[in-house]
Amino acid sequence: MAKNVWTEFRKGLWEEIPPFRLVLGLCPTLAVTKSAGNGLGMGLAATFVLLCSNIIISALRKSIPRKVRIASYIVVIATFVVIVELVTQAYFYPLYERLGIFIPLIVVNCIILGRAEAFASKNGVLLSAADGLGMGLGFTIALTAVGSIREVLGAGTWFGMGVMGTRYEPFTFMVEAPGAFICLGLLLAIMNAIGKKA
Amino acid sequence: MNETTKMILVLTVICAACGFLLAGVRFATEERIEDQIMRYVKGPAVKRVLSAATNDPVEDRRQIDLDGKPVTVFIGRTGGKVASMAYETTANGFGGEMGVVVGYDIEKNCLTGIGITSHKETPGVGSRVTQESFSERFAGKPLDAAFSITKDGGAIDGVTGATISSRAVCRAVEQSVGEYAKIKEQIAGP
Repeated sequence: MAKNVWTEFRKGLWEEIPPFRLVLGLCPTLAVTKSAGNGLGMGLAATFVLLCSNIIISALRKSIPRKVRIASYIVVIATFVVIVELVTQAYFYPLYERLGIFIPLIVVNCIILGRAEAFASKNGVLLSAADGLGMGLGFTIALTAVGSIREVLGAGTWFGMGVMGTRYEPFTFMVEAPGAFICLGLLLAIMNAIGKKA
Repeated sequence: MNETTKMILVLTVICAACGFLLAGVRFATEERIEDQIMRYVKGPAVKRVLSAATNDPVEDRRQIDLDGKPVTVFIGRTGGKVASMAYETTANGFGGEMGVVVGYDIEKNCLTGIGITSHKETPGVGSRVTQESFSERFAGKPLDAAFSITKDGGAIDGVTGATISSRAVCRAVEQSVGEYAKIKEQIAGP
């Protein structure tokens, strides 16, 4: 099996981009993407956890007994999540307040445990790091995309800057929960349409 | 080494390592988090209740000792003289602990206002006690006012549908008023 770091990294960005292709991690995708900034922040937090947990789990994969592997993975993942929580609280307090409960909930994000079980537990440290980084950035791009669409349509701003002009009447529906489902549904449909052609 | 021993050993080592790592990170960020909370949460609330002060009450804060427990008192001055002060008390609401900052006018011995700094009340129901329309009902009240909701025979109109949260705010204010005399004595002077 000739696996190379670049392919492992790249697959997370397009072929297996988590929320769209794997349809994993939908909870934060729907819940925190009220604005592009929130999506980006959430995505980067998850990327950090994914990268670190993949590295550690891959490094320890030979010494962790099969029967307690899930418990071990959860401990490692939870540790990094708490680190992210403390660091955002200390350095990005306004973001911490907006993301609220969704930072601790990264622990149960199925992308992270999914990558630990499906990839990091079977591959070397370097490949796992590439996989984690790729998947995390894919997740970040997806969240930022959903957040951008919702913020531009729902509030007329992008990363807090007005982009639709002062005459634009915000389509508030898009920043509410139903807007999240509709936006995600349309993006999934577009991704499927593109995937079929290729 | 048999399998069970190995499982126990590996899990113990992982948990211990994670525990040490977290303790380290917590220790390193503790002070900054304190600062951030002061800046984004407590600061704005304190400035609101002490809006008449000409200094920055958040900068002019002091730790005092109240029967063995430390209390941070924010001091508001007009023309250099101590004119008002504010400090935080807590009470249990519907969803957990609620922090309330109460501001006092020291000369008139009355409340200048209150601000909710932290709460875990139900969004849209109990959380309405954090709105200005409720907190302004405390402004200007003398210290001997009955700080309980009208339903319980007090002087404060509770928020409809949020009785438990309204009661919690009143309890926090009541406790705060109870500590007023002792704290005033300690900050009197320059």
